[in-house]
Amino acid sequence: MKLNDLRGAVAVAGVGHAGLGQAHGFTEMEILVQAAQRAVADAGLTMRDIDGICTASVAAPMWAMPVVEHLGIRPTFIDSTMLGGSSFVAHLLPALHALASGQCSAVLVCYGSTQRTSTLSRAEIGRVRKSFDPQPYETPYDPLSPLSSYALAAARHMHQYGTRREDLAQVALAANKWAQLNPEAQLREPATLDQILSSRMVSDPLTVRDCCLVTDGAGAYVLVRADRARDLPKPPVYVLGNATAVWNRQISSMEDLTVTAATESGRRAFEMAGVSPADIDVVELYDAFTINTLLFLEDLGFCAKGEAKDFIADGAIAPGGRLPVNTNGGGLCCVHPGMYGVFIMIEAVRQLRGECGARQVAGAELALVHGNGGTLSSQSTAVLGTQAAL
Amino acid sequence: MTQSDKGAQAQYQQALDDGRFLIQKCAGCARAVFYPRMICPHCGGGELAWTSPSGRGTVYSTTTVRRKPEAGGDYNVALVDLAEGVRLMSRVEGVAPRDVRIGMPVRARVIQQDGHGLVVFTAEDETQ
Repeated sequence: MKLNDLRGAVAVAGVGHAGLGQAHGFTEMEILVQAAQRAVADAGLTMRDIDGICTASVAAPMWAMPVVEHLGIRPTFIDSTMLGGSSFVAHLLPALHALASGQCSAVLVCYGSTQRTSTLSRAEIGRVRKSFDPQPYETPYDPLSPLSSYALAAARHMHQYGTRREDLAQVALAANKWAQLNPEAQLREPATLDQILSSRMVSDPLTVRDCCLVTDGAGAYVLVRADRARDLPKPPVYVLGNATAVWNRQISSMEDLTVTAATESGRRAFEMAGVSPADIDVVELYDAFTINTLLFLEDLGFCAKGEAKDFIADGAIAPGGRLPVNTNGGGLCCVHPGMYGVFIMIEAVRQLRGECGARQVAGAELALVHGNGGTLSSQSTAVLGTQAAL
Repeated sequence: MTQSDKGAQAQYQQALDDGRFLIQKCAGCARAVFYPRMICPHCGGGELAWTSPSGRGTVYSTTTVRRKPEAGGDYNVALVDLAEGVRLMSRVEGVAPRDVRIGMPVRARVIQQDGHGLVVFTAEDETQ
């Protein structure tokens, strides 16, 4: 079987989320299961129909096992590959293979975190991680993890291409405007460019408004073969392409801080889908930090390297702009529970179904989803489309 | 130090603890390697020899981590490209964190921090 044979062979049949914002009194497993249940119901299925599972956790290395146990399923396909926030985009291709080969018939991709309300502080998690996931060549210099790594990338991009703090702020402003159209977004209060620029500096050149939110939240989606998806209640959203690339773990091991492995994952995903950036109607990028949006627009080919600042000028990626980007408000303003990748999948599916109300991109048929993990370390790109895009 | 009963990381740290900064060089492709590894990430070769770098470097990128004065105040985190062609995370000392600039020439020195040797950099002009 060739990779292109998998184009459109599988569709997202259901999506769901739970516990967005603060999920007081709930564990991350409980909101994950709520999101999973909603995604399965949205697909017109029951949990008994689920025979494939993809999941990952920030803290628990054997996470698939308690998830299987809690859901009461007996999966014939299990993928718990942990590539940080990009995992829930990167889970697509292995699931496509498993579905196409008949290894399983319905895959549930799911994630949940209560990092906002958890009694375990992020500082404590950081201390534990230093033992379990050591980075001895960076840790002694005490970079804020992961913030300082992105700050170093932003500083280099500014030096090399003349990108300014105002350009980063434009990304935050666009996210804020999209969030105002999304009743589920957590940071909806209107902000001005001046307010964003004068917000508290954390690790130069990034301020708090350049950083994603810290929230609770869980998300899930269900994949089935295309022929079955057409018999289910919701309009199928076809997976046209997916590719994942990892070049490094540490920011100090990244060859060029202005060029991410999204150049490779994007090229391969577009190739599998048989489309190009110019064909895309709506873009959902993992904006852990404002610099991500600029880097990924360049690396995925929406504009040339160094030109994202011009590409996004004059509200081009904000509501009403030339290219709708991060239409739910993104990790910056909608939700960001430790890992955000599953939520960009959910938003793309809802846009392609036409379910997005005030923020709906009219006539959207092709969506680009791009997940990022670690410190610009893992990159996974997906192209999704409606029946018309097949 | 190519033959040892210790791994690359332990050898590297032992040298630092003794006040010496060493990097690796691949016998196969002649490229410098950092951080210390067991095989060359460029050619896959397994023969990595320790070498003393010149210590000269250039700031590739820099950030000032903001911290309250009572917690110790702001500090610098930088990526430095060594003349030998490898990059490492470090900090530039001797100038205010916000005065560290990309492209600034810097020189390595080994300090002892929390009981272990650590490579930091000083702005080149200030060492003259």
